[in-house]
Amino acid sequence: MELAELKELADKEKAEQKPIRIRCCTAAGCLSSNSQAVQQALTDAVTTAGLADRVEVLPVGCMRLCCEGPLVQVDPDGAMYGKVDPGQAASIVGTLQGGQTEARVIDTNMPFFRDQVSIVLENSGRINPERIEDYLSVGGYQALLHVLREMTPNQVVETMTRSGLRGRGGAGYPTGVKWGLIAKQPATQKFVICNADEGDPGAFMDRSVLESDPHRVLEGMAIAAYAIGASQGFVYVRGEYPLAIHRLEIALRQARKMGVLGTQIFESPFNFRIDIRIGAGAFVCGEETALIGSIEGKRGTPRPRPPYPTESGLWQAPTLINNVETLANVAPIITRGAEWYASIGTAKSKGTKVFALAGKVRNTGLVEVPMGITLRKIVEEMGGGSPGGSIKAVQTGGPSGGCIPASALDTPVDYESLTALGSIMGSGGMIVMDDATKMVDVAKFFMEFCMDESCGKCVPCRAGTVQMYRLLARIVEGEATAADVAQLEALCDLVRNTSLCGLGQSAPNPVLSTLRYFREEYNALLQPAPPAPPPSNQRIPLPVARG
Amino acid sequence: MNSITLTIDGKLISAPGDQTILEAARENDIHIPTLCNLEGISAVGACRVCLVEVSGSNRLAPSCLTKVAEGMQVQTATDRLREYRKMIVELLFAERNHICSVCVANGNCELQDLAVTVGMDHVRYEYQYPSCSVDVTHKEFGVDHNRCILCTRCVRVCDEVEGAHTWDVSGRGMQSRVITDLNQPWGTATSCTSCGKCVQACPTGALFRQGSTVAEMKKDRELLDFLMTAREKKQWIG
Repeated sequence: MELAELKELADKEKAEQKPIRIRCCTAAGCLSSNSQAVQQALTDAVTTAGLADRVEVLPVGCMRLCCEGPLVQVDPDGAMYGKVDPGQAASIVGTLQGGQTEARVIDTNMPFFRDQVSIVLENSGRINPERIEDYLSVGGYQALLHVLREMTPNQVVETMTRSGLRGRGGAGYPTGVKWGLIAKQPATQKFVICNADEGDPGAFMDRSVLESDPHRVLEGMAIAAYAIGASQGFVYVRGEYPLAIHRLEIALRQARKMGVLGTQIFESPFNFRIDIRIGAGAFVCGEETALIGSIEGKRGTPRPRPPYPTESGLWQAPTLINNVETLANVAPIITRGAEWYASIGTAKSKGTKVFALAGKVRNTGLVEVPMGITLRKIVEEMGGGSPGGSIKAVQTGGPSGGCIPASALDTPVDYESLTALGSIMGSGGMIVMDDATKMVDVAKFFMEFCMDESCGKCVPCRAGTVQMYRLLARIVEGEATAADVAQLEALCDLVRNTSLCGLGQSAPNPVLSTLRYFREEYNALLQPAPPAPPPSNQRIPLPVARG
Repeated sequence: MNSITLTIDGKLISAPGDQTILEAARENDIHIPTLCNLEGISAVGACRVCLVEVSGSNRLAPSCLTKVAEGMQVQTATDRLREYRKMIVELLFAERNHICSVCVANGNCELQDLAVTVGMDHVRYEYQYPSCSVDVTHKEFGVDHNRCILCTRCVRVCDEVEGAHTWDVSGRGMQSRVITDLNQPWGTATSCTSCGKCVQACPTGALFRQGSTVAEMKKDRELLDFLMTAREKKQWIG
């Protein structure tokens, strides 16, 4: 297939679209509030009204304002309705014939929508994720074709490097540099892995991307595979995302059928096969070496790095592991150019970042914003502030991140600034907390999460998180003294510096950041120090070591 | 392999380039404490007591896995490392029911020795007192999970030396347990060859020979060495 034919397919698909399209969200959030019935009711209402020849109802992915689901939007005028009940379907269709509807109208000009910059989510909520034709109609797989026809692998790597894209999984390693490291390896067998083991509490960006636009991720993987010289890829997706898995499977089947994945892609010598591997519910399998172990069929435990997976990864072959959102950025960078991408964002953090806005904030859902935007703009303007009072803190980065106090809300969102505040960019979870939130409880919650999710391999993480959790529980229950807080801090230092993998090394972050900004909340829960015991020089002797 | 020079604790030493910091230190009589490490089986870097400071890196390096490098400057016993090691040993003692006075390995236990080495005189952390079982269904050996520190030496020696892979780990975090075959009683684990390597490899009293009582379970590391190298050295013949 040549570019002209691909464009012809896209044009044909567009020509077949009916002039009025009613889009109904069928991503997991809206589905759980009955959007499937809404979609059916809309379809029936269109037929009943006799509009079937010029109106179509299509299931689409996430339309972002999840708190107002199920969401319905009517093209071309763009009217959006929220919390739609199947009973309101007839009146929504009626508006097309000049009628009135009692359905809740969503203002699409509010900052939540207006201030978003869509790259990763540009097709999300606009196309049917279960039809490859829809993806082709918005220019899908043209970037892959362009890469195969017009670019050398080195040029692809160089384009990614110039774009300034950094890993969206949290650590922010420059994507082009990572690709280049693997491309330079002489090995004949290499792998591409898409890390879709999104496990942070409160984070649902990757799930939405996979549910709303799976082909975008597959296209990114194929371009990456061409750049580094891989012929096999895996999507490692957590088992808790059945809809994402289902849509990925559909997408893979359609892509193989169309010849955009598989052997001799677009009649070129490039072969690339993608398989899905489903995680079994361990948070630590999002850590790259544990993820590799899991794909190999082993117990999902991290191993020390170096060697990094770029040298020795899956079955000891050089392996590229990129997050879903990172890969979703690849096709637009190829299509629109590295300079375009690098023009968005700050000096060191380029492009956009998708955040899952949740917690005590009016507008919850997905926001895609340019790097460098302030936290205040995200939570107060786009998020609409807190309904119950004033915002106290914003938690980013999940159990590996920290709590940023309201006083630091004017900080620009980029990798370095968030790290300086004691948090991390993370994968994109953003939980807003109001005055009613007790920060010690927050620290305890995340520590319990880390304790449960520690793989048990290294001692500081396995046993240290348990002790930290117990100390936090004692503080919350009002049974602790200042000495317990000192011990907690010592344990934080130990676990951070001696744990084997990122899970343990970052597990103390929620405690450290709440201690840094909200120490008075800890102090308020403490018992006064007990009187010092009389000094004693007696110690129980231990058995003497042999030899 | 080219020889390289490095300094460990201020002492200038030379070592083959493929050696780990731990191996180079041992050859030069510099003692770095270890727990999960056992000569002859792969290193996993899990216990974290052999961590050392390497100049120019802000991360602590597991000496059992980190290769020596030209000009490397290693510190093995700074105040910070000593404190970390002590804390790690205390965490291990608080994690399971390590009651030395009634343990088969009392006096012959690497965990106990390490506690003395790092100067642990009490445990600052809350004891967890987990409910752990003892499995004596095997005809010769037993496993007491109260004493297990999850070093996985048994798992590795069984897999890498005996080739049976009877042992593995189930669960995660504090729920982790070493298991035989598909988490079944050891006596019913059909892959077990009863070679006893795991018992000899175990640093504590978790794996023991049945019939041994308090302080009687001495680990015979020479036997392990013999089992590992006998074929190469043709010691089985005559």
